[in-house]
Amino acid sequence: MTTELLKTPLNALHRELGAKMVEFAGYDMPVQYPAGVMKEHLHTRDQAGLFDVSHMGQILLSGANAAKALETLVPVDIIDLPVGMQRYAMFTNENGGILDDLMVANLGNNQLMLVVNAACKNEDLAHLKQHIGGQCEIKPLFDERALLALQGPHAVTALARLAPEVAKMTFMQYTSTKIDGIDCFVSRSGYTGEDGYEISVPADQAQSLARRLLAEPEVAPIGLGARDSLRLEAGLCLYGHDMDADTTPIEANLLWAISKVRRADGARAGGFPGADKIFAQHQSGAARKRVGLLPQERTPVREGAEIVDADGTTIGIVCSGGFGPTLSAPLAMGYVNASFTALETPVWAIVRGKKVPMQVTKTPFVPPRYFRG
Amino acid sequence: MSELRFTEDHEWLRAEADGSVTVGITAFAQDALGDVVFVQLPELQSYDKGAEAATVESVKAASGVYMPLDGKVVETNPALDANPELVNEEPLGQGWFFRFIPSNPDAVGQLLTQDAYDRLIKANAEA
Repeated sequence: MTTELLKTPLNALHRELGAKMVEFAGYDMPVQYPAGVMKEHLHTRDQAGLFDVSHMGQILLSGANAAKALETLVPVDIIDLPVGMQRYAMFTNENGGILDDLMVANLGNNQLMLVVNAACKNEDLAHLKQHIGGQCEIKPLFDERALLALQGPHAVTALARLAPEVAKMTFMQYTSTKIDGIDCFVSRSGYTGEDGYEISVPADQAQSLARRLLAEPEVAPIGLGARDSLRLEAGLCLYGHDMDADTTPIEANLLWAISKVRRADGARAGGFPGADKIFAQHQSGAARKRVGLLPQERTPVREGAEIVDADGTTIGIVCSGGFGPTLSAPLAMGYVNASFTALETPVWAIVRGKKVPMQVTKTPFVPPRYFRG
Repeated sequence: MSELRFTEDHEWLRAEADGSVTVGITAFAQDALGDVVFVQLPELQSYDKGAEAATVESVKAASGVYMPLDGKVVETNPALDANPELVNEEPLGQGWFFRFIPSNPDAVGQLLTQDAYDRLIKANAEA
């Protein structure tokens, strides 16, 4: 049985550029272009890469109570999120597990723009409607808007040629602006660890904007393959792999994303699903935690590989792994029992029946280069 | 006889003058795999036809390389340890994987010819 794959507004452009297309979250997406994952990855770290991330879900919340309402679903300070700023958040469930992770931007005028994962967007929309549908307007922009990411040290040079004001933005700032005459929302953020932008654009003008950006000398098209290796080097989580509904933010090592004001000792403590469980775990310590892992051989260690100690006892599992083109070495992230989380702890992954030595390491693996002004 | 033979698993074989057979993966296979970052080569031992003798790790995934015929591996390509990208750059040349002595030397000639392999690729592409 085959089901018709969904297409982003850039589908024809991907094919024209010679992309290898694969199914991802129900969408027909480019995994790589003719340059290949390795070159695309390195080009992004060296110059600028253009990614089609239109499969992700953009949802607009409007109304005087929108921020207050959203705070009941995320452990993040939304009420005091300044206009023109974006923040990382996650939807939690009653057990403290992560339903999805997302970006929240304050557009001003009581409007919040959310960007959620493609695979979760319908569930997220239902979740929002069920819990806060009576408190604000919830408008999915799934077909209305496309999303492009322009990432890399020269992203600013390329984009500022078309919209000079974006050069002044700093990491996580968010603005509404015209790019090449097209009304866009632009954030200075991304999923690669590099400086760069994410650009929300009306679907019917997305292709025109993508072509305009690709015409800039620094910019090359980049597929999902390199998007994955870039985010892994940056130590960033991929929902459904590095966290899920059975993983808490504490276990996922995402305590930093829980705003101080929403923590147990904060002024607006709790008030989000699973708060008690998350606070208790923060207090007592999680039994397992996400860590960075550096294989000590050339063998890539991939998702699902069992992690064992010196005696061969199972102590965890790899959640993401592969080869880092910038690191020029294999790298992984995994969940290990709490007693193995200290940096430089030796652990082993079982790959094709053999023990591959690894070392627990800090993330990100490659230093981020966000523009903080 | 230096003409290449092929398997449906996208390996090529070349019978050498010394009675050994060199094995690698085809240009089609390396293109499908993408950038190769690591090759786990076989042990110098006997393998049955169809056994996973080697593993190719690309940026994207791990893929098995299967023993094309019963036989004993006698040599592996030492260059692949330091330069796995040779599999992409010269799949039919310096990117070879291993040499083996087939249990039945005649079996090599029964594998796919270049024409038959090309037809297989074409059929796969149209499927």
